[in-house]
Amino acid sequence: MSLQTKSKSPAGADWTADQPIVSLCDVHKSYGSVEVLKGISLDVRKGEVICIIGPSGSGKSTLIRCINGLNDIQKGSIKVEGQEVNDPKLDLLTLRKKVGIVFQQYNLFPHKTALDNVMMAPVLVLKEPKKEVEERARALIAKVRLQGKENAYPGELSGGQQQRVAIARSLAMRPDVMLFDEVTAALDPETVKEVLLTIRELASEGMTCILVTHEMGFAREVADHVYFTDQGVIVEHGPPRQFFTKASDPRTRQFLSQIL
Amino acid sequence: MFQLIAPFFQDLYERTGLNFIVFYAPYEYDRFLSGIAISLQLIFWSIVASLLIGVFGAWAQSARSPVLRGLVGAYIQAFRNTPPMIQLLFFYFALGAFTPQVDMGGYYQPLISSFAWAIISLGIFGGAFNVEIFRSGLEAVPDSTREAAESLCMSKWQIYTYVTLPLAFRISLPALTNNLISLAKTTSLAYVISVPEVTYSLNQVWSDNINVPEMMLLLFLFYILVVSLLAAGLHFLERRLALPGYGQ
Ligand SMILES: Nc1ncnc2c1ncn2[C@@H]1O[C@H](COP(=O)(O)OP(=O)(O)O)[C@@H](O)[C@H]1O
Ligand SMILES: [Mg+2]
Repeated sequence: MSLQTKSKSPAGADWTADQPIVSLCDVHKSYGSVEVLKGISLDVRKGEVICIIGPSGSGKSTLIRCINGLNDIQKGSIKVEGQEVNDPKLDLLTLRKKVGIVFQQYNLFPHKTALDNVMMAPVLVLKEPKKEVEERARALIAKVRLQGKENAYPGELSGGQQQRVAIARSLAMRPDVMLFDEVTAALDPETVKEVLLTIRELASEGMTCILVTHEMGFAREVADHVYFTDQGVIVEHGPPRQFFTKASDPRTRQFLSQIL
Repeated sequence: MFQLIAPFFQDLYERTGLNFIVFYAPYEYDRFLSGIAISLQLIFWSIVASLLIGVFGAWAQSARSPVLRGLVGAYIQAFRNTPPMIQLLFFYFALGAFTPQVDMGGYYQPLISSFAWAIISLGIFGGAFNVEIFRSGLEAVPDSTREAAESLCMSKWQIYTYVTLPLAFRISLPALTNNLISLAKTTSLAYVISVPEVTYSLNQVWSDNINVPEMMLLLFLFYILVVSLLAAGLHFLERRLALPGYGQ
């Protein structure tokens, strides 16, 4: 038996860092009678960056939201650090502390400044001292290159700036996994770059990232693994070099030819 | 203050017959001032009560329990669709009859005074409108904003108090301003259950002194002043809370 580092979290105590940090197995999800996810299985290891691509309506957002417990599933299992997300005994808060999510529409709190947006959850949820949180929040705002915008309200920031505040806000909770759902889809082409730069830095620092994106260049460069989904199933997946050059499924090839 | 204006109004009465007795007779002056003080307290506490009822009512309306929602709905219907004067009379005479009396050392007084009944009744009346106003404000807060708070592990209560309510309040403020102003004016109805507010006390003054037109004029001026101050305050709040970069 090899030496294993035990997870510090109380639940999922059997989980060790050499196992997948996020593990989906045969996940089925329906809205009413419409099945949106039809048996999705994928594993993400600690520090990995995976990109999920696929046509609109193929269930990418639903998948991301299930990992965070924002949506429930009907069948299958989703484990984060060995802990079953849909376990009715599981305190969703414990899960969400490990998993940060950034949305397409930023969803900042419009009545709070950038700094307060970042500070709110650590102060209220983690009950950390305000001074410490403020220090960390300022550092995070600097990290996403928004120094000087601490006191700006979301309405006074551009889309790209708001999105970076949203990333800082998620990071302030010290998640182990970050989920990004088409975070650049609503942005102007010029501001897309600055957001991608921030994510790329995060990835290079070893943050585990699950990204839904249409930025193929970015996926090719940053991802360890690319998944193509269509109509609720994973059609094809692989390391980016192989995926982008030797895609075998006709659906994947058609999608790539449209988007590249 | 009184010393300063008394000679002028005494003189005005002697020369023209315009009898602003509350400005030169100490006894009537005190009656008038105490009426004003009680009116202001009544306005303040009715507004506070109506806001509390509005917040909790709107919260209850978003609850899962259909019984709770039904009760709040019935309450709104009942109090929006009946005259506030009838409500005051109902509370004071119908419910007041069942409240215990307390021994004040020889004589008995109702546990709930007419002033307290007025606040309860007016708070409930104004609250019925506030529930609706807050509810539409709450519905205007995007789900996605709440969801972001949820994904940051905030509890239901934290999301409500730190995100939903502050945003809903801003959205509600224009309608709220109208309702609170209307409520402030409605407090004059406490007159019918003998709360010695300004209408009641001036009524006593004009009964004693037969100077109805002059006292009526004062009453008008009082409400114009109070309501414009309240409106100015609320509009100031609206501007202060306006979200920078949003809307305008
Ligand atoms: N809350 C919902 N209720 C019902 N259907 C939904 C809901 N959210 C998404 N859907 C449907 O599920 C499918 C997948 O949606 P989504 O996960 O948003 O896809 P994607 O992000 O890949 O565009 C779509 O057909 C969409 O209409
Ligand atoms: Mg989507």
